[in-house]
Amino acid sequence: MAASYFDVDGTLIRTNLVHPTLYYVLHQNTPLHSMAKLGTALVKAPWMAYAETRDRRIFNELLFTSYGGMSEDRLVGLADETFDRVIKPNIYPGARDLVQTSLDKGHDVVIVSGALDFLMQLLARHLGATDVIANKLEIKDRHATGKLLRPVVAGPEKARLIREHARGRGHDLDECFAYSDSYSDVPMLSIVGHPAAVNPDRKLKLLASAYHWPIINVA
Amino acid sequence: MSHPSVVTIDSRSAPRVLFSGNQLVEVDLPTGTRVVYPKPPLAPLKDVDAAIRYAINHPHNSEPLYAKLRPGMKVTIAVDDISLPLPPMKRPDVRERVLTIVLDLLADYGVDDIEIIIATSVHRRMKDWEVRHVVGDKIFKAFWPKKLYNHDAENLANMKYIGTTEFGEEVELNRRAVESDLIIYVNLNLVPMDGGHKSVAVGLCGYRSLRAHHNPRVMRNCHSYMDPSSSELNTSVVRMGKLASKKLNVFTIETTINNRMFDMPLEFLAKNEDDLTRTEKNALRALRFTLEQLPQAARQAIFQRVPAPFGVTGVFAGETEAVHEHTLRRSYEQYLVPVVGQSDILITGIPYISPYNVNSFLNPLLVQVMANGYLFNLYKGVPMVKKGGTMIILHPCTDLFDNDHHAPYIEFVHRLLPHTRDAMELHKEWEPKFAKNPAYIEMYRYGNSYHPTHPFFMWYWGEAGRQHLGRMIVVGADNEYIPQLLGWETARTMDEALRMAKQTAPPNPNIMALHCPPIFMTEMSAEKSRAPIAALPSE
Repeated sequence: MAASYFDVDGTLIRTNLVHPTLYYVLHQNTPLHSMAKLGTALVKAPWMAYAETRDRRIFNELLFTSYGGMSEDRLVGLADETFDRVIKPNIYPGARDLVQTSLDKGHDVVIVSGALDFLMQLLARHLGATDVIANKLEIKDRHATGKLLRPVVAGPEKARLIREHARGRGHDLDECFAYSDSYSDVPMLSIVGHPAAVNPDRKLKLLASAYHWPIINVA
Repeated sequence: MSHPSVVTIDSRSAPRVLFSGNQLVEVDLPTGTRVVYPKPPLAPLKDVDAAIRYAINHPHNSEPLYAKLRPGMKVTIAVDDISLPLPPMKRPDVRERVLTIVLDLLADYGVDDIEIIIATSVHRRMKDWEVRHVVGDKIFKAFWPKKLYNHDAENLANMKYIGTTEFGEEVELNRRAVESDLIIYVNLNLVPMDGGHKSVAVGLCGYRSLRAHHNPRVMRNCHSYMDPSSSELNTSVVRMGKLASKKLNVFTIETTINNRMFDMPLEFLAKNEDDLTRTEKNALRALRFTLEQLPQAARQAIFQRVPAPFGVTGVFAGETEAVHEHTLRRSYEQYLVPVVGQSDILITGIPYISPYNVNSFLNPLLVQVMANGYLFNLYKGVPMVKKGGTMIILHPCTDLFDNDHHAPYIEFVHRLLPHTRDAMELHKEWEPKFAKNPAYIEMYRYGNSYHPTHPFFMWYWGEAGRQHLGRMIVVGADNEYIPQLLGWETARTMDEALRMAKQTAPPNPNIMALHCPPIFMTEMSAEKSRAPIAALPSE
């Protein structure tokens, strides 16, 4: 049996990591708390913008410091609302079809994302995906520390995690599929037998054209 | 004495000019070579609209179309897709003319639940501007995209199984069409392989039905595709079409066109080179020079962006089989050139266009389709070349693919063909995997890509040719890799190719060349006495 590994931001959904993070920041216990969190995030914004150009992993780690201090209850409690208001309305209809086709053909459908696991579990359930590979926040004394547990799901690490997943499930990577919109996911796309660029950014589109990878537009 | 369209080369003959992709190549053919030319274009109908009205009011083996209509009924109109004609015809396309008259009639009879489906089967979806070219601006604006759309064979919720023939062929068609009170099929018949039961039973079907006949075993038993009476593909399609006709209410409108493919400045390309005027010779020289200087994309644009001035030569309507007899007769009248005596060596240029690369590039798999598939099969009777003979083709065989239209072809050629060329092995081991590839299915459904199984059908299309021929030699390939993948030999020039071919041919081999396009067919007989033209009912 084959597996289909899907990146999320830009591939399955219109939004990116910033949107749900912002939703959490703006929905703290009190408005004052939210303003404080927002202020801190804005101060870090230039660093995050710079980090995004250098390394996706560093960007992820900086972004998720915004969750520092949030209680586990709040994280889980706000998840459904965040999914319903931020993520679900922005799922590409074509992406839904692509996931459904993969499921119909008997594939193990796996969400692979730098987003947080409790949000990606909701997306997976909604789409019918069978598994999730996503980032996990470090929790101490029932509160997020603002750090991510290792390994951080981004870039080449996604490829390693996919290999591990495939090995564990008995999938032949040559028969597997991977979908992403971003050049930063070339490692994850390269290790499967059937890579595909979905709504690709400019660099990925050029590479996909050069190597004759399917280019799909679900936007 | 041979037909006027068969020219025998002598010592005073000018070189022949043959297509090699989107270039024109001059070749000196040996004395005694028979060169077959297309017949002159049949005169077009003087009043096409009148012919359409007459046909639908005086149909064959059916009540007139107006008698089938009642207010509130559900009608689906299916239309042949972009693979016809080749190249696309000048506006108004004959389908636009038929649709305009039919839609007016439907409106007069209070029929307003109408959807128009482009019968693509597993061909690529047509783009909006391509659909507009076929149906015209008025119909496009009124119907696109909710009531005028491409068939989607992978939208399984919109496919309906209607039965299985006694030979186990499953008939599954577009649900909207099946659940309609009336299906009107608007056909454009380019070659004798088109039309008839193929329209509904193939145009509106999906993979489940296609695999019954688009497989190596059936393709090997087609002698030829262009002679329905000798084609197992046609036999299978007819069985499935008859089943569909029993369960559905189908009114078929078929149209035929002449072979006037080139417009005024380029009409000389269809002429015998010995008959070219001085002006035409200069024009040909200038055209060849220009093509040699231009990059590939510009050459492609020159040929592909200029629609053809085809003239409509017939409109026939009514019950499918009754209609198709008349269509076939008109088709053969245009195309059939009687030729006596098979060749040992068959020469042909491969042009820039096939049914599967309209508005894109003729990739290596399609070069094979044209060579082993279409051009080899341009006969009725016996093959143009003897069993075990050699075919020499001209084409650069450039390793170039259109990523949007032909994505699955790329993997087929580069990943599968290096592994095996055996059609049965490809059919059993790889076709099912491609059929389930979600990425390619997505590109077929929402992009403009051919279905993932289409490259396999393209390979099977060459099976009859591959089984029959002893050798295939390609002249002018710009690489060795692609010919090698396809199992072909290469030669730098026609002289070299002929020397190679003669090594395995009998002494004083019989050489025939096809001066194509425009399209024609040979009515081939092996013996010196001419074979009779198959009997068709008189009009």
